Amino acid sequence: MNMIKLQGLHKSYNTGNNKLHVLKGLDLKIEQGELVSIMGSSGSGKSTLLNVLGILDSYDSGYYHLNDTLMSNLSEKKAAHYRNNMIGFVFQSFNLISFKNAMENVALPLYYQGVSRKKRNKIAMGYLEKMGLTAWAEHMPNELSGGQKQRVAIARALISNPKVILADEPTGALDSATSLEVMDLLREINRSGITILIVTHEKDISERTDRIIHLKDGIIESEFISKN
Amino acid sequence: MFDIDKWQEIFSTIKKNKLRTFLTGFSVAWGIFMLIILLGSGRGLENGVRKQFEQDATNSIWVYRGQTSVPYKGLKPGRQIRFTNEDYNYTKKNNSNIENLSARLNVWRQRNLSYKSEYGNYDIVSVHPGTRALENIKIIEGRFLNNIDINESRKVVAISLVVKNALFKDEEALGKYLKINNIPFKVIGLFEDGSERDNQRVYIPVSAAQKIFTGGIEINNLAFTAGNADAAESIKIEDEIRAQFANRHNFDKNDQRAIYINNNVEEYKKFMNLFAGIRIFVWIIGVGTIIAGIVGVSNIMLIVVKERTKEIGIRKAIGATPQSIIGLILLESIAITAFAGYVGLVLGVGLLELISPHVQSDFFLNPEADFRIAVSATILLIISGTLAGFVPARKAAAIKPIDALRDE
Repeated sequence: MNMIKLQGLHKSYNTGNNKLHVLKGLDLKIEQGELVSIMGSSGSGKSTLLNVLGILDSYDSGYYHLNDTLMSNLSEKKAAHYRNNMIGFVFQSFNLISFKNAMENVALPLYYQGVSRKKRNKIAMGYLEKMGLTAWAEHMPNELSGGQKQRVAIARALISNPKVILADEPTGALDSATSLEVMDLLREINRSGITILIVTHEKDISERTDRIIHLKDGIIESEFISKN
Repeated sequence: MFDIDKWQEIFSTIKKNKLRTFLTGFSVAWGIFMLIILLGSGRGLENGVRKQFEQDATNSIWVYRGQTSVPYKGLKPGRQIRFTNEDYNYTKKNNSNIENLSARLNVWRQRNLSYKSEYGNYDIVSVHPGTRALENIKIIEGRFLNNIDINESRKVVAISLVVKNALFKDEEALGKYLKINNIPFKVIGLFEDGSERDNQRVYIPVSAAQKIFTGGIEINNLAFTAGNADAAESIKIEDEIRAQFANRHNFDKNDQRAIYINNNVEEYKKFMNLFAGIRIFVWIIGVGTIIAGIVGVSNIMLIVVKERTKEIGIRKAIGATPQSIIGLILLESIAITAFAGYVGLVLGVGLLELISPHVQSDFFLNPEADFRIAVSATILLIISGTLAGFVPARKAAAIKPIDALRDE
């Protein structure tokens, strides 16, 4: 079953008088349970692709099916609903809310599902425990190390039981040892059946995924199945 | 509205930004504080002046003697107009729309009042029974003068509490004889008047005063009440009375100095209109001050939204709907405005309560902000909070998560 299916996807931006054509007819299929990395130099369109996949941005033409549902012409409300239920985001700079502690940050997606505070905090504690962060639940983001922050962010991405996790340079702000820890964590999550897509420009990160997709100038340049 | 989670979200945001929240709230608190102080002071002024008026009947019209100032039918100007009982009788007979008509004849202060060994100098005012309503007199004990007292020229007197306390001390005054210029008058009533000056007097029947003290049928002035007449009607009555007097006393009815008419209906209405005007004026100033506060809140909320762009972007990325973002900003704005406004309200009312006892004067009394003002102010606050939050909330809802998350 295709978790993500792109057919002839085009996306361009208007920058003043010029039209910047970023995605030029992408075709891509990602099966459920795959761990895929997308590589490319800056300007290759990988961030734009991730935004489109994350329903943070629209596309001009083509088709994007997420879990067999066509994602097009969504209202803001509908888009928010899909983001909340289908997708978990992990960002390079973690994007935790600075005035909420670790537990509250993890619990936030459930707030938008209307889960009561008590219940969502309990669930959040469960995820923090899995990340080995129980002791840090009451700490503010600025009291956490980079690796801890990213693990909190991953817990937050997981809490709504998403189909897909989209990670934008998840190790970009971490040292190499911590990067490997985070990658191991993502692999472990992937083994539980969640599709994971990682955008990165680091070769040793992409080598830890099952499939590597190289993007260049808005089209897929090459694709490999990774050694492991 | 009563989503506990939403409020917890808002309180946690407010708690994390205490100084910012305080500064935001201060302008609103100040606006409401000023509004309450202004309204309270306006009310104090109004209460003071209203009390001045209510010392006498607010619908009374007083007619005084004057001197002619223009020649009329061969009569030279400068002629004194004199009032007599005729004027009283004629006015009573020919004007059905007036009430409580009373003549007044002052028996001046050189007349001494005494009871046993106590003496005192007080105004001796001789009147008809209508004076009770005209002077807005409160009878404490006994009765006021009545028509029988007038018809039989009885030697009776109604005295003020002040006079009673000075001359009778602790003794019962009712039924005792008070000597006025050595002539005994029976005390028939004790009264109290809202005005200090009017408590320095005793009232006797005008007929008795004419027989005993002044002789003849002269009176000083006439007064009556105009019922429920409005300002225009009272002016009509005034004109009619002037015409009647002009006819009887042979002066030009346009001669404003032959007799003087003091129309309290008109004056009272004028003042009440003035206060209605002041109230509107105060509300305009107050609302203006609050609008300044709203703009302040709105401004700060805009900065807040700007500051929180990234946070809002994150929230949207993990599934916040535009409505929930609008709700968050709007409710925060309303919460800050309402709370700060309430603080201003309490401080304003508190200050009024505090200074109220120290600023009592003839024209300033009981500055206060009543329940109705508090309710209006509360409604105003919630509306202001909504207004203040509206533009920033819309701006927040329009934030695109990709833009918000890009600035890395």
